[in-house]
Parts: sequence; structure tokens; C-alpha cells
Amino acid sequence: MTETDIRFTIDGQACLAKPGQTIYEAAKANGVYIPVLCHFDGLKPVGSCRICTVRVAGRYMAACTQPVTEGMAVENAVPDLEDMRKALIEMLFVEGNHFCPSCEKSGNCELQALAYRYQVMVPRFPYLWPVRTVDAGTPLIMLDRNRCIQCLRCVRGVRAKDGRKVFAMVERGAHLTVEVDRKLAARLSEEEAREAMDLCPVGAILRKETGFAVPIGKRKYDHAPIGSAVEKGTGR
Amino acid sequence: MAQLKDIVPKHPKDPAALLDVVRDVQAAFGHVSEAAIGRIAEHLGLSEAEVRGAVTFYHFFSLAPRGASTVYLNDSITSRMKGRTAVARAFEEEAGCRFGEVSADGAIGLFPTSCIGMNDQEPSAIVDGVVFTSLTPDRARAIVRGLRSGTPAREQVGPLGDGANQSDLVRAMVVNNIRERGPVLFGAHERGAAVRKAVAMAPDQVIEEIKKAGLLGRGGAGFPTGLKWEFCRREKSPRRFVVCNGDEGEPGTFKDRVILTELAPLLFEGMTVAGYAIGAERGILYLRSEYAYLRDHLESVLAGFRQDGLLGRHIAGKDFDFDIVIKSGAGAYICGEESALLESAEGKRGEPRDRPPFPVQKGYLDEPTTVNNVETLAAAARIIVEGAAWFKAMGTPQSAGTKLLSVSGDCERPGVYEVAYGLTVADLLEKAGGAGAKAVQVGGPSGTCVPPAGFGRRICFSDLATGGSIIVFGPDRDIFEIVENFMDFFVEESCGWCVPCRAGNVLLKKTFEKIVKGKGTEADLRDLETWGQMIKCTSRCGLGQTSPNPILTTLKGFPELYEARIRKGEAFVPAIDLEAAIRVGCAAANRQPECKESLYD
Ligand SMILES: Cc1cc2nc3c(=O)[nH]c(=O)nc-3n(C[C@H](O)[C@H](O)[C@H](O)COP(=O)(O)O)c2cc1C
Ligand code: SF4
Repeated sequence: MTETDIRFTIDGQACLAKPGQTIYEAAKANGVYIPVLCHFDGLKPVGSCRICTVRVAGRYMAACTQPVTEGMAVENAVPDLEDMRKALIEMLFVEGNHFCPSCEKSGNCELQALAYRYQVMVPRFPYLWPVRTVDAGTPLIMLDRNRCIQCLRCVRGVRAKDGRKVFAMVERGAHLTVEVDRKLAARLSEEEAREAMDLCPVGAILRKETGFAVPIGKRKYDHAPIGSAVEKGTGR
Repeated sequence: MAQLKDIVPKHPKDPAALLDVVRDVQAAFGHVSEAAIGRIAEHLGLSEAEVRGAVTFYHFFSLAPRGASTVYLNDSITSRMKGRTAVARAFEEEAGCRFGEVSADGAIGLFPTSCIGMNDQEPSAIVDGVVFTSLTPDRARAIVRGLRSGTPAREQVGPLGDGANQSDLVRAMVVNNIRERGPVLFGAHERGAAVRKAVAMAPDQVIEEIKKAGLLGRGGAGFPTGLKWEFCRREKSPRRFVVCNGDEGEPGTFKDRVILTELAPLLFEGMTVAGYAIGAERGILYLRSEYAYLRDHLESVLAGFRQDGLLGRHIAGKDFDFDIVIKSGAGAYICGEESALLESAEGKRGEPRDRPPFPVQKGYLDEPTTVNNVETLAAAARIIVEGAAWFKAMGTPQSAGTKLLSVSGDCERPGVYEVAYGLTVADLLEKAGGAGAKAVQVGGPSGTCVPPAGFGRRICFSDLATGGSIIVFGPDRDIFEIVENFMDFFVEESCGWCVPCRAGNVLLKKTFEKIVKGKGTEADLRDLETWGQMIKCTSRCGLGQTSPNPILTTLKGFPELYEARIRKGEAFVPAIDLEAAIRVGCAAANRQPECKESLYD
């Protein structure tokens, strides 16, 4: 512990944080897993999926955006919060069109992995079966909006050389959807296209012309459940 | 004919100009075409996707043509109660298209829109930027015929309303309906007195006076105004901003409209006092685009202030410079949320920001900013003149002063009432002539639906807090129709950023509808409650955090209505009609089921 360390607790467990750290970052550094979906280390947090919702002194907040303060007592893995997280995951499933068995991202998909972790069997919500479109009009990537969860990772992380955003959100509310700028996307390199796909937590952004290079059953979350690395103290 | 090459380059090559360019393009062409998107993106150094993102966020911008003339008919519950359905049908018949469409000749586009701030004179519509109030089917037809025969909307206006609505700069049909004038807002005020008195004090003294007065924000959240100003002043920064929230989007409120029409000088004095107190040189009035008809009037008041040394350099002869600009919205309720407002004022999609940092720390252009409601600022100006003690003596101990209420719906005297805090709902019904009310909606859709048993409750921060919207529902009104209208409003106006508000409200409404259709079970009723609480707890901003209130507060106030609709004792009732669904399936497959009698009895 150093002078500037901030003392706080998560579910009663004593933890230390560096000044400026968010609850999520500090939890991770202390080996406590707080589930996140829209968040991606290195990108500005946006608090859009709300799956990291925690409670402090009766107030609900997103762990990915909220800085830790001295003496904070964070409630994290308590039953009612865990149920809300599960509900949010279920909402994402019914809000889009997710057919895991035919998805290139199956096994590497963070939404699917969270659903396994939270033991989602049948969503409590009615399916909405929205009509969503696929945009394959760019050379290297395919945008399948059926699987998009509006996490804004691509909006935040994929930029053209001059800094312009390659992806942007259009419409609002239930019609909110992601749009790829065809002109800028046409100039993405192979490497950048692959990075865009890796950034996407689900199977909404796919690299064209390659697929199933790693067979299902041998993918990231086929080996270990999401969050287990944090809990074992070995990172993400 | 206007040309893109004349419109776009007029604007600075700065992404912050995005909404201004789009507004000009939309006004000139009735939509923002693909060509325009490309040109705007190029000019501002944005991607085309981003430009499209901003265009599609705001209700009054569109990618597809909206007609040579465009009718936006208010869709608030009060509009419906006052005859919207017949007016809408008249518009459709005369225009030859449905709402959401443009007529085949391209002359008329018909679109619904969320409450436009005219709830005391419904049904109302905005036609090519011109407000028409108290519409009848005949008037609707006449407007469309006029537009088709070349008479612009502004030449069809009449009769004019009262007060400044009659001035050459406004010329609107809007009536003020000022029913009760209280001492704070409508008390006698000498123009410029607040500014002159404030600049003679030290900024800290001004803040102290506002704090002592106990002024709480009038926009809904009720944050102490003096404290907000103090926080802002304390931030270390060479630049600070005063922002006035003139978005007034909560359905049923229109009191800021009346202040902007009749008391604009008082408001601008309040902004100037705030600027002096926090150390800002610039104020911004964010004006909802529904009130664009007031813009020339407001600009002329500002010009008068500049002429009289109440704005500009060395105000009232002191070493204090301050000026005010007006920025327009473009149709989005969420832009009333202060951080979304700041995004919009910066020319972006109006999506709320995460807090911290709060606007007093990082607001407009990331500089310390106070955002206050129109009424809050007007009241602050009066406090400076009359003193904290005078203000504190009115209202209740926790809710000092008066509140301007917008009363509409089933009452004889709709309009604005400036009343001391602590008034009961029953007192207000008495004043407004709302005898026999079945329910009173306090605080708009995001507030509380109060049943008669609650009419003894008080309008104040510690009981029924409200930004000012009061809607009276008469004995024959259908509570479920009201709830449905309110939920539609939230679904329509959610920015969509976060999951619980974006998806949760759609799901909540589906289950609500299932119950209303008589297909609900006790489990569905419990779901309404738990899902509603979940949306409140996990949503990112005030919109989502209050969006289930229409359902939750009526579950509480009118449980018997819900109980009567559900199928007691049945464990599961499907939301869909299985037999009908099977028939569709059979038709698609061109096969008939083998058993003829009903499958599910
Ligand atoms: C969805 C939403 C809409 C809002 N709309 C308005 C509005 O139209 N006008 C307003 O003054 N405040 C509105 N507010 C409250 C503002 O966020 C903010 O609290 C207020 O402008 C602060 O001013 P005050 O302290 O003077 O009330 C809204 C809040 C939310 C969450
Ligand atoms: S609560 Fe609703 S309006 Fe607020 S950020 Fe979330 S989606 Fe947008």
C-alpha cells in the first residue's frame, strides 16, 4: 500500500485502488470479477450495456464509468444485482437475432460467454424478432446488425487515418443501429479489418472470406468461462 | 432554388457546426439528401456515417423528403383528449396520405410529434415551423388546401394570441393563459434592476443570497441552485459558461413557453446574474425547436439589452463582460437532460454523458458550466432584487418560493398558475376547475399518476415534486390509454444508448399490453413491477430511471384496474393467439391441419 492508495471494499472484501481508477479497473486489479460487455480495456468507457451495475450506499452505478472513492462499500456479486445482470443479458438476446450455432463468433462471443456464466436457459422476456439488415458493401468486413448489441466499441475504436470514425450510431431508441462508413471502410487494411472484428464482442463485425479457422469447441470461452482469468488473477 | 454549394460553405469548417448546417439544409430542401451528407461530411471533416447519425437522431431532421410542406401534429395524451383523432383524420383525408407519409404529389408530409408545449390549447400542430393551436377538422382541411394553393403557413395564422404573441416578431396563435400571477415571476420588476444590483455585490455574495433563499432547481431534479453556482465558480478554469435549459420537453409542461414569451427580460437578467456569480462571459439559451417561433422576439430582447448596457462589455458600468447566444434543438426530449443538452449544443447527437464529471466540472466544451431551467434563472433574478428572506418566506420550509405550474387536460381553466409551494392537488383542481377528476398526473409521464385518495398530497419537493406539468384526467378517461401513450413517448424518446431503457421499455410495454388485452396472469403483473424497478435501477440517465413510472405509479394508485384485467389462477396465458399463428403457418406452407376442431381447448 502506498500513500495515495484508496481503500474500499467489494462485498466486504478489503481492496485497494489507485487514484482515478474506476470500480471495474480496481476490482480487476484486486482479483474480483465484475462482468462487462460494452467495456474494452483501452477504450473510453461508455456505460451502455449496464451489466457492470453495482450498488454503493443504495445507489446503482456502472462500475466501468464510476471512479473509486475512499471508503466506498461496493456491492457486486449479490443475488439481486446478479439477477439484474442476467436480465440485461436476456434483454440483449431478445432484442436482436442471435442464432449461436450458425455464428462465426460462437465460442469467442462475449455475450454468449456471459449467458453461459449466468446460466441463461430461456429468456424471461418475449422475443422481439426485429427486422435488421446486413451490410456487406465494404471490401473486407461484413456488418451483421442482427447480432449487434450497440456497445459502441467499434464506434470508439475504429478510426480512419485522419481520425474520422469508420462506424457511427444512427437513429435512436429501439431503432438505434450501427452504420459503417462505406468510403472509409473501403480503405481499411487487412490488419485493421481483423482488429475491428476482434473489437466486436459479438458476431456483428466479421472479416469477409475467412471463417471457422479455429473449430468450434476449441475457442476462447470453450476452454475457460468468461471472468475466470480475472478471478485467477491472470488478467482478462 | 437554394443550392448545397451556397449553404454548406457558409458554415465554419468545424464539427461543432454540424447541427447548424443540417438545420439549414433541412429547411432548404425538406430533407438531407445523400449528396448533402457527403458534402457536409467533407466540409466538417467528419465521416458520412457520423453525419447520418446526427441527422437521424433528431425528429425534425430526415434523410427522406418530408414534403414541400410538413405538418407535425402533437401526439400528447392531452391532444388526444381534445380531439386529435378527428383532426388527424381530416389532415389525412385532405392531404391524401397517412401520418408518417408524404402525399403522392410531394406537397404535404404528415408526421406525429411528441408534446410541443401547447397542452393548454390542443390539438396543436407545427406546420412549416408555424404553430397552429386549438385545431378542428375544418381548420386542418383549410390549412392543407391553403398550402396546396400556395398560401404559406405563416399567412394562414389567426386569430393571434394575447400579449407578446401579437407582436410583429412573434405573430402566433398561441395564447398565454396566465391564470394566476404570483409575486416571484409576475411581481412588478424594474428592467435591469437585478443585473445592476448583482454587479454591485461581490460574486460570492450573490451566490450566498441564492443559497440563503433556498432556491431549488425548477427543471425537475431540484438541485440547490446556489450550491451549483458555487461548485462551478470553484472550478479552476479561465472559461465558464451559463446555460439556460429551454428544452421544456416533458409532456404537459408549457410554463417556460410563457416565461420566454412574456418574461424574457427577467430570464436574461437571471442568466447574467448567474454569469456574474460564477465568472462566465458567455451564456447560451438552448431553445427547443418547437419554440423557434419565439426566436426573433428573444433576439430582439437581447439586442435591447445590449443597447442598454445590460449585456456586452462593462455591464452596468462594471468590469464585467457577458453576452448570450441562442442555440436551437431539433426535436428530442432527451436534449432536456442537461448533459445531453450540452452534447447537442456542441453540434452532436443528444446523448447523455456519464457523470462524473458533472457539468459544473466539465460542461460545454468541457469547461465548467451551470445548467439551469428557465424558471430557476428568472426566480434567481427576482431573489437578487427582493432578497433571500422575502423568497424564503413563501412556500414551505424545504420548498421555498413559488412554482409556475402548467395545468391542462380535463379542467375548465387550463393554463399557467404561479402558486406557493405546498399547495394540495385538491386546491389546484379547485382553482383550475377540475372537479370530479379521476386522476391527476403530476410531473408529466416521468412523474406520478395521483388517484383521488392522493388529492390531499402537496406539490413540493418533499412530496409531489414536479417540473411543472399537471394533467387532469376526468371521470371517463381510460387510465390504460394514458399509460400506453406515456410508454410510447418513452420508447420513442429514449436515446437508445443503454440496454435497460432501450430494450427494457419495449418489453415492459409488451407485457403491459398483454395484460390490457386480457391475456395477463398474476405472474405478468409481478413482472411489470420487477422489470420496472430493474429499468429504474440500471438505466444510465434520468429518462430511463423514470420511464417505468407510468406503469409503476398506476399499479400503485389503481391496482384494482390491473387486477380486473388479469386471468386469476391461470399459470400461463400466451401473448400470441396460437391458433391464428398456426393458420398463418399453414397458409404459408399451403397445408391444412388434420384435426379440424380447436387445438388448444
Ligand atoms: C429526460 C430528461 C429531460 C429533462 N428535460 C428538462 C427540460 O426540458 N427542462 C429543464 O429545465 N430540465 C430538464 N431536465 C432536468 C435537467 O437535466 C437539469 O436537471 C435541469 O436543467 C437543471 O436545472 P435546474 O437545477 O434549474 O432545475 C430533464 C432531465 C431529464 C432526465
Ligand atoms: S436511460 Fe435511456 S435516454 Fe438515458 S442514456 Fe440510457 S437509453 Fe439513453
